[in-house]
Amino acid sequence: MRKTTNQKAWWLVVPVLLLVAFNAFIPLMTVVNYSMQETFGNNVFFWEGVTWFEKVLRSERFHDALLRQLLFTGMIIAIEVPLGIAVALAMPRKGPWVSVCLVLMALPLLIPWNVVGAMWNIFALPDIGLLGFTLNSMGLDYNFTQQPVSAWMTTVVMDVWHWTSLVVLLCYAGLCSIPDAYYQAAHIDGASPWAVFRYIQLPKMKRVLTIAILLRFMDSFMIYTEPFVLTGGGPGNTTTFLSIDLVKIALGQFDLGPAAAMSLIYFLVVLLICWVFYTVMMRNEEQ
Amino acid sequence: MNKKWILPTLYILFLMLPIYGLLSMSFKTTNEILGGFSFFPQQFTLANYTKIFTDPTWYNGYINSLIYVCINTLISVSVALPAAYAFSRYRFLGDKHLFFWLLTNRMAPPAVFALPFFQLYSAIELFDTHLAVALAHCLFNIPLAVWILEGFMSGIPKELDETAYLDGYSFPRFFIRIFIPTIAAGIGVAAFFCFMYSWVELLLAKTLTSVDAKPIAATMTRTASTSGYELGLLAAAGSLTIIPGAIVIYFVRNYIAKGFALGRV
Repeated sequence: MRKTTNQKAWWLVVPVLLLVAFNAFIPLMTVVNYSMQETFGNNVFFWEGVTWFEKVLRSERFHDALLRQLLFTGMIIAIEVPLGIAVALAMPRKGPWVSVCLVLMALPLLIPWNVVGAMWNIFALPDIGLLGFTLNSMGLDYNFTQQPVSAWMTTVVMDVWHWTSLVVLLCYAGLCSIPDAYYQAAHIDGASPWAVFRYIQLPKMKRVLTIAILLRFMDSFMIYTEPFVLTGGGPGNTTTFLSIDLVKIALGQFDLGPAAAMSLIYFLVVLLICWVFYTVMMRNEEQ
Repeated sequence: MNKKWILPTLYILFLMLPIYGLLSMSFKTTNEILGGFSFFPQQFTLANYTKIFTDPTWYNGYINSLIYVCINTLISVSVALPAAYAFSRYRFLGDKHLFFWLLTNRMAPPAVFALPFFQLYSAIELFDTHLAVALAHCLFNIPLAVWILEGFMSGIPKELDETAYLDGYSFPRFFIRIFIPTIAAGIGVAAFFCFMYSWVELLLAKTLTSVDAKPIAATMTRTASTSGYELGLLAAAGSLTIIPGAIVIYFVRNYIAKGFALGRV
């Protein structure tokens, strides 16, 4: 859209700016403060410079948590995006079933995260939960509180259960915006279903898909409550993702300095990946 | 072509199974739950629900959660509306940077901000109030609302504004009388997302409250850790948290299908 330059538009942005700045700037500066000082309580602080940053960047614990986080995010995006597209493609476009599908599919999105964790915890309990009981009576050895592989699978399946619907809803909206004429033209040309998908549906979904992937990346990288309630980061440290580790250090051990330094590094990692993604997305759009 | 319904059906079945597990457990007694697995409740009981509806610490949790979620949705959408209008219609100094900066707040992990938030809201004496949680949730809901609304507004031709100004409308009158009704679907979608993210967030809500504004989610975690492990009660409380979401989805279901298609969300 053609935009006119108007500096007065700033006034419309001021309320948002004030509110977000209040919530973002002050806490962020507090974290920056902590990250460069050492405290032994009583509000006495000593200057530490970048010691904590070096320490965190060198610590194996941080590397492991980051690696687990990247693996987890990669896995869930690799499952949720294709599954979401497939379900959106197969959904009815008209009729009474549309509402039913939408309402039922959106349901997991609106369940508080700790309830999601608790629900899957109950669902997966080896002896009394529906999933755990079924798997075990099928002869599979499954116990998510003790086996790392089971814990990982449960966490990933839980996230797929929780968030695939978001991808479905976004893709479905993208598909709905394709005029019927496109399909008719494709039909006349005798295009195969694959060609229809590749040259009509996928390009139309590109925009919503970018948003879906971006949202899924951000949210899965920040995931805390669900795995914390489900596995508590265990068994051992096998499902301790970045946020869980951070809270363990900050509130469990009360090591404010390292926790703050880790927060900033963590934030910068998310920011960097999102910035690259955002820039690429915007460049594509301009073309 | 007619086999298309299989995949959505299987998917919905997969979505419903854990919810069913939770529901069925909420109608069981603790003894039955711990006694072993059964698909249907054998000794059907409503005791868990009775407990929640008669014990103030439980039902106040729901009321607290609903209050701060509604305040937050109201604040987020109303301040996001003019900002989104500015972003979609005008070019001004630093607009692109500002927009990206707003989005970065959506990326800030709540775990990073938990402790500073506690100190900040204690300092301004809002700790343990609904307003504190509502304001804190603005951190990620305002950027999201601006993002969504900007998409919707960009889809509306600028001629609408120009015609209205020619007709002698002032900006506030045009905005409220003409523009807001035009993007009602967008507001619906934005409000839905704000409600959703505020309702499901727990970490900040738990950090910023202790007694008076304690959200239901926090009541649940505390119960789980203190009074042994009352799975039935926990399951009943969990089942009840699904209801507000289900109601909201039901109301906005048409907006979601239509609204998403209109905007660039």
